[in-house]
Amino acid sequence: MSTVSMTVNGKVVASVVEDRTLLVDFIREHLRLTGTHVGCDTSQCGACVVHVNGKAMKSCTMLAAAADGADVTTIEGVANGDLHPMQKAFNDNHGLQCGFCTPGMIMSGIDMVNRYKAEGKTLDEAAIRAELEGNICRCTGYHNIVKSIQQAAGEM
Amino acid sequence: MSVSKPHPHDAAPLHVTGAARYVDDIPTPANSLHLAFGVSSIANGHLKAVNLDAVLCAPGVKHVLTAGDLPFSNDVSPSPSPEPLLAENTVHFVGQPIFLVVADTHLNARKAARLGQITYDETDAILTIDQALAADSRFEEGSRIYATGDAREAIENAEKTVHSVIEIGGQEHFYLEGQVALAFPQEGGDMVVHSSSQHPTEIQHKIADALGVPMHAVRCEVRRMGGGFGGKESQGNALAVSCALAAKLTGRPCSMRYDRDDDFMITGKRHDFRIAYTAGFSADGRLQGVEFKQYTRCGWSMDLSLPVADRAMLHADNAYYIPNMRIESHRLKTNTQSATAFRGFGGPQGMLGIERVLDHVAHALGKDPVEIRKRNYYDPAARQKTHYGQRVEDFILHDMTAQLTETSAYDDRRKSVADWNIENPILKKGLALTPVKFGISFTLTHLNQAGALVHVYQDGSIHMNHGGTEMGQGLFQKIAQVAASRFGVALDRVKITATDTGKVPNTSATAASSGSDLNGMAVRAACDIIRDRLAAFVADRAQVDPEKVSFDSGLIHVGGDSLPFEDVVKDAYMERISLSSTGFYKTPKLEWDRIKGQGRPFFYFAYGIAATEVVVDTLTGEYRILRADILHDCGASLNPALDIGQIEGGYVQGAGWLTTEELWWDAKGRLQTHAPATYKIPACSDCPDIFNVALWEGENTEDTIYRSKAVGEPPLMLGISALLALSDAVSACGPGYPNLDAPATPERVLDAIERVRG
Repeated sequence: MSTVSMTVNGKVVASVVEDRTLLVDFIREHLRLTGTHVGCDTSQCGACVVHVNGKAMKSCTMLAAAADGADVTTIEGVANGDLHPMQKAFNDNHGLQCGFCTPGMIMSGIDMVNRYKAEGKTLDEAAIRAELEGNICRCTGYHNIVKSIQQAAGEM
Repeated sequence: MSVSKPHPHDAAPLHVTGAARYVDDIPTPANSLHLAFGVSSIANGHLKAVNLDAVLCAPGVKHVLTAGDLPFSNDVSPSPSPEPLLAENTVHFVGQPIFLVVADTHLNARKAARLGQITYDETDAILTIDQALAADSRFEEGSRIYATGDAREAIENAEKTVHSVIEIGGQEHFYLEGQVALAFPQEGGDMVVHSSSQHPTEIQHKIADALGVPMHAVRCEVRRMGGGFGGKESQGNALAVSCALAAKLTGRPCSMRYDRDDDFMITGKRHDFRIAYTAGFSADGRLQGVEFKQYTRCGWSMDLSLPVADRAMLHADNAYYIPNMRIESHRLKTNTQSATAFRGFGGPQGMLGIERVLDHVAHALGKDPVEIRKRNYYDPAARQKTHYGQRVEDFILHDMTAQLTETSAYDDRRKSVADWNIENPILKKGLALTPVKFGISFTLTHLNQAGALVHVYQDGSIHMNHGGTEMGQGLFQKIAQVAASRFGVALDRVKITATDTGKVPNTSATAASSGSDLNGMAVRAACDIIRDRLAAFVADRAQVDPEKVSFDSGLIHVGGDSLPFEDVVKDAYMERISLSSTGFYKTPKLEWDRIKGQGRPFFYFAYGIAATEVVVDTLTGEYRILRADILHDCGASLNPALDIGQIEGGYVQGAGWLTTEELWWDAKGRLQTHAPATYKIPACSDCPDIFNVALWEGENTEDTIYRSKAVGEPPLMLGISALLALSDAVSACGPGYPNLDAPATPERVLDAIERVRG
């Protein structure tokens, strides 16, 4: 067992967990923040993406202990009073159907916009499509997801 | 009016903030238990010894159940043919549940489930179509035959013929949210179950049988699924029944979710098919007679295979008038997962059969396949009757084809593709334009019914409930738009509520694309009953004709007055007028005999057409979809944004089925593509670079809800154009016909290139 402490959505949390506890299980079961989803259990579908120290991370592929001391943001921590531009864009552009992949898509979307901005690169449609390689959606055909990220990129 | 507007999905604000609750997100008490199945590691045999000592001793394990421990029915079948929840003496596929572990955590249950010591008397497994035919292993007494005219004679007398075989692979649903259920035991032996299910009534029914209680003792609630696609029509029964059994045994809430690998290994998938065809046609490409032999692997249990195979037969004509046709359908029993419902329900496989025939005919004649397709389309009057006797009276594909040919610049691009292929020896392009005509209604006629429950509260807010389930398709929003329109109020006045067998009973699965057709009409009926009461009340008060009362913009207009809806509701309550009603709908005009294959199984047809362009690397067989243009018929759309979403998603899912999604079982019957690492559903980068989707301007000729049409399944079959575009690109490599099987993985494309080069 390990004591794990981290900041999640601005709040300091601490818990004693089994060493093997995955970050996603820590978030969902210990903190009961269920917006982060488990889709494939094997780090491929991207439904579990959160931000760890500002970077997108598949939380089913990381131990909670490895996030000890980190600053973690989940989908529940993205809105700051009003919806984040990425959240609003997914809502306005019909960038979702069943919604199960949506939290991961939004977390990946925010991350890619931030990275491209920091590096001074243009996040065009082709880049968004390539960047979304690690996020699977079974419902939408991705068209409106790409549109959503494009719109948000212009507003962030 | 709220209908016809592109309102976002009703739960979109919850989804984008992570606040939408799926079954596994529902808070449970600390003493809740978790379940997992121990499964068969062989495909066929007898259970010799089942030693579960190690399972029982594993950390956190509370109980382990086998078939002998079940108090009542050991059956989770959706059909009259039994399907045991837990294997009794025999096992029939790798992945079949044998025992059920009840433990303190999900992980402990899963780990313990791997510790069973099971020995088997193994017998040879029947895995392939050929093995099943050789062993005469099948459901129903023999093949089923639908026919019209004399196909054999027509083929013998035809100027030209083609014949070949296409193998069509299955498809894993890959709903992002895996199967999951949660049961809460209630007082007096009652049970409340939350299930990720398209069919809450069946969950209720199966649990009642398993617990030995009447259906009234079980309530199933479904707020949403994280995708369904048919995979949650029957495949959730095992989990929900297990949770209810364990909850009854322990008196504690019990939940069960398959992890992704278990979901692949245990649950059913789309049926794979082999379709052999012989077609006779005139020199100008008109079909005179077609014979199909459809062979399908149904897996180990009957499940929904009979109606799936029926629907494959019913779509063997797609959009074409075929005066003489014979379809022989073989429903084969194999030692694999139980093939089950999947968007299209056999229709896509049947449709691909005839699209392949037309492609082959065009190749044989050296003509553009579009020309051949148009020549064979249904026509008014003389060329209207299907092989099952129903007349196609609402055919619009001539006009739709003309429009898409123009908007997609098909003729110019056909020329530029040909030019490209002359100039480029390595990269070859292909283009295909294929239509969809899909029959709408459950072919099991009694399922075409729906119920609704609507309450208007004293403050004028409206509570709406119906039997349909929400799996992402936007059904709830569409139906809320109907309710708001009937009362003439804003959409936010209507509360959308979870599907609940305690509110609306005896529902059909949300399947067959029927969700908004059936439930929209049932909700309309319920709303209109209340509206008529309100109209009669205000008309009587104002001494005018109730027919002259109207509802819009949140107002009720009576005489010269316009009264706020909520004020009238309050007054009606004070006058002791009932403000609650059920509603009911059954689809008219249906009459179908599935044994004879004659009658009117469908209320109407939904249409679509797609043009896809691809490029193939002839050195590796790899390819990309460059562009897709789609024109799709939703009648008078209830919500164009949601409908376009269904069309885009359906096309991509259909293209995935026929290109990258390959299910592969080894010689021992073990599915080896059981995770996204090996089973490839389309990723964002697999989608067309240019993707133009438009709705056909029109309305349903039948009296459906606001003259709209069903949209769930039909667009999936637009993906057939991707396969045939690949075939077109391959045929640029040599004189032979590509005979491209599905899924057209790069390996199969490369093989086809070798073949056409001769």
